[in-house]
Amino acid sequence: MTVQELPGAGASHRSTPPPAWRPRTDAAPLLPDPEPYRVLGTGAADRLDPVLMRRCYAELVRGRRYNAQATALTRQGRLAVYPSTVGQEACEIAAALVLEERDWLFPSYRDTLAAVARGLDPVQALTLLRGDWHTGYDPRELRIAPLSTPLATQLPHAVGLAHAARLRGDDVVALAMVGDGGTSEGDFHEAMNFAAVWQAPVVFLVQNNGFAISVPLAKQSAAPTLAHKAVGYGMPGRLVDGNDVAAMHEVLSEAVRRARAGGGPTLVEAVTYRMEAHTNADDATRYRGDAEVEAWKAHDPVALLERELTARGILDEEGVRVEREAAEEMAAALREAMNADPVLDPMDLFAHVYAEQTGRLREQAALLRAELEAEGE
Amino acid sequence: MTTSTTTPVAAAVPRAKPATMAQALTRAMRDAMAEDPTVHVMGEDVGTLGGVFRITDGLAKEFGEDRCTDTPLAEAGILGAAVGMAMYGLRPVVEMQFDAFAYPAFEQLISHVAKMRNRTRGAMPLPITIRVPYGGGIGGVEHHSDSSEAYYVATPGLTVVTPATVEDAYGLLRASIASDDPVVFLEPKRLYWAKADWSPEAPARVPGIGTALVRRSGASATLITYGPSLPVCLEAAEAAREEGWDLEVVDLRSLVPFDEDTVVESVRRTGRAVVVHESGGFGGPGAEIAARITERCFHHLEAPVLRVTGFDIPYPPPMLEKHHLPGVDRILDTVARLQWEN
Ligand SMILES: Cc1ncc(C[n+]2csc(CCOP(=O)(O)OP(=O)(O)O)c2C)c(N)n1
Repeated sequence: MTVQELPGAGASHRSTPPPAWRPRTDAAPLLPDPEPYRVLGTGAADRLDPVLMRRCYAELVRGRRYNAQATALTRQGRLAVYPSTVGQEACEIAAALVLEERDWLFPSYRDTLAAVARGLDPVQALTLLRGDWHTGYDPRELRIAPLSTPLATQLPHAVGLAHAARLRGDDVVALAMVGDGGTSEGDFHEAMNFAAVWQAPVVFLVQNNGFAISVPLAKQSAAPTLAHKAVGYGMPGRLVDGNDVAAMHEVLSEAVRRARAGGGPTLVEAVTYRMEAHTNADDATRYRGDAEVEAWKAHDPVALLERELTARGILDEEGVRVEREAAEEMAAALREAMNADPVLDPMDLFAHVYAEQTGRLREQAALLRAELEAEGE
Repeated sequence: MTTSTTTPVAAAVPRAKPATMAQALTRAMRDAMAEDPTVHVMGEDVGTLGGVFRITDGLAKEFGEDRCTDTPLAEAGILGAAVGMAMYGLRPVVEMQFDAFAYPAFEQLISHVAKMRNRTRGAMPLPITIRVPYGGGIGGVEHHSDSSEAYYVATPGLTVVTPATVEDAYGLLRASIASDDPVVFLEPKRLYWAKADWSPEAPARVPGIGTALVRRSGASATLITYGPSLPVCLEAAEAAREEGWDLEVVDLRSLVPFDEDTVVESVRRTGRAVVVHESGGFGGPGAEIAARITERCFHHLEAPVLRVTGFDIPYPPPMLEKHHLPGVDRILDTVARLQWEN
């Protein structure tokens, strides 16, 4: 028997249609614009706030220098690894600047720069990558969650934290960062769904930098854009030029404002490009050509803002020089601090596993202490 | 808040009435929620329905849906959200619907829940309780009867407890919720409806997490067990009297931390030991316990430490599970093998 022959299967057998579930949300306003939103180089730039843009410029220059310095430190063996955000600085800086002090940032392993722009000590931010401890700072101090290495797993944390804050009556927003590859992980989907169902004050920022290590976006997702993914969960998706710090700031600010006002979560896809290799362990020439990288150079986030601000008289040569010098000073301090060997206490290995050490760990700690004493003799 | 080592005791001692383990668990959450507004219960079907085993029955009604929340159906999402909630100062109590449905949450459990204290050098403890109904013997179909404790005990940073009595169900759950560390709270689902005289108004003082208890004293050998296998071991111990064996039964109650001293003290006295649990033997908790006993009691042992465990197979279909689960006869046969002759 085919479906057609089943009694009741054809529409003609139905006197009344079955009760249907109605969608909770009208999908149309949730859909992203077809093109990434831009401000720099367009008419929208007329309404730029010069003070804010000067601040963004300073942070971008510092961020670029930080990336260069950290990459140099990996070459010198001072860092085990550093995932560079050269080319993506506008995303990192905007993410940090749109948050209030009481808000929380949930960075991924690549987002050291966002944490530093939020105020984290540049040296502390690198302990994970240097290898002296996993998270070198107290997350509660600046409200920066530990940099998450397992992809997308920090997204549900952001949802839970934002939800908890709202339950407690605090108007706290959580901004969580993830890469394009990370959007394929189950935790990404679970977090989006929880956030939408709970109307949690969360902003998800996807940095679509073209690749997950070597895998291009086309092999990662068949969606029209990653921002479209939001619609199925019942939250707005926004597509923005990730190299345009003014556009990033505007879109993220709007999402934060909406979240804080009880409007629920937003998914923001920043279209950007990773200029350097995934990390120093990666050979980018195996999966992409020079022409592609060259084409993106013309769209450099620092140069883009510099051009706009200079044309508008907000920035002059002196201003550029001042910011570059400040960035050099930061880099020199970072270099010096990272060149000092960290003093480590091996007994720390047992100190933070449980609130109260188990008998097993006490025994193992005693073993290590004896070994250390024997070495010292 | 610190880890409480004993449960609260009320002043008056009202009359004890028969109560089930399920009721004691519900009461534990209710009392914890009433005392501490940061305690939140969450999971699949825990609200209106009260959970598929009704363990959260009435909590949503009494405390509202914000305190006892029906979440979307996504275990990683549930546990991941609980991490964020704990980061903001709440004490989430998460229900995983069944043992084998907790596996999607293992990434969150292992990479984040178990490690957050450690990776932040102690700055960010996570007081999360993860309730997992576990084990077989209820005729459940596939994926409803796993004994998954070996995965949990192999993960540093997790505390793993499992009650076997009505009193412990209350006491250990209160202690777990009060703990500043994440606790995997394994609920032997086939004991949910086991009854005992118990008064919720005056829960007896039970030892906290990390303490094993001698449930039956004996002189000729020690049975070491926990959770669903405790009643089986006690029955076996009774039956063994006819064979001339006077068995001691130790209930571990807490797998991590493991109360080695109580076990060692007992085995040194009896000179013989059998470890009994439902989960598979290879790489199971019994292997670890047997190794520790061998290390610390070698000269007191009259026979090798033996184990009675589930077979090393995927959990069998319900009509065959009786062959898999350690039963009285298999325990008695094993005890007989302790009559060791070189
Ligand atoms: C759960 C998980 N799987 C695999 C990895 C290994 N890994 C590290 S980075 C990476 C690619 C991530 O790509 P994307 O999300 O696009 O972020 P990007 O590196 O481009 O910032 C992979 C596969 C990981 N860290 N976590």
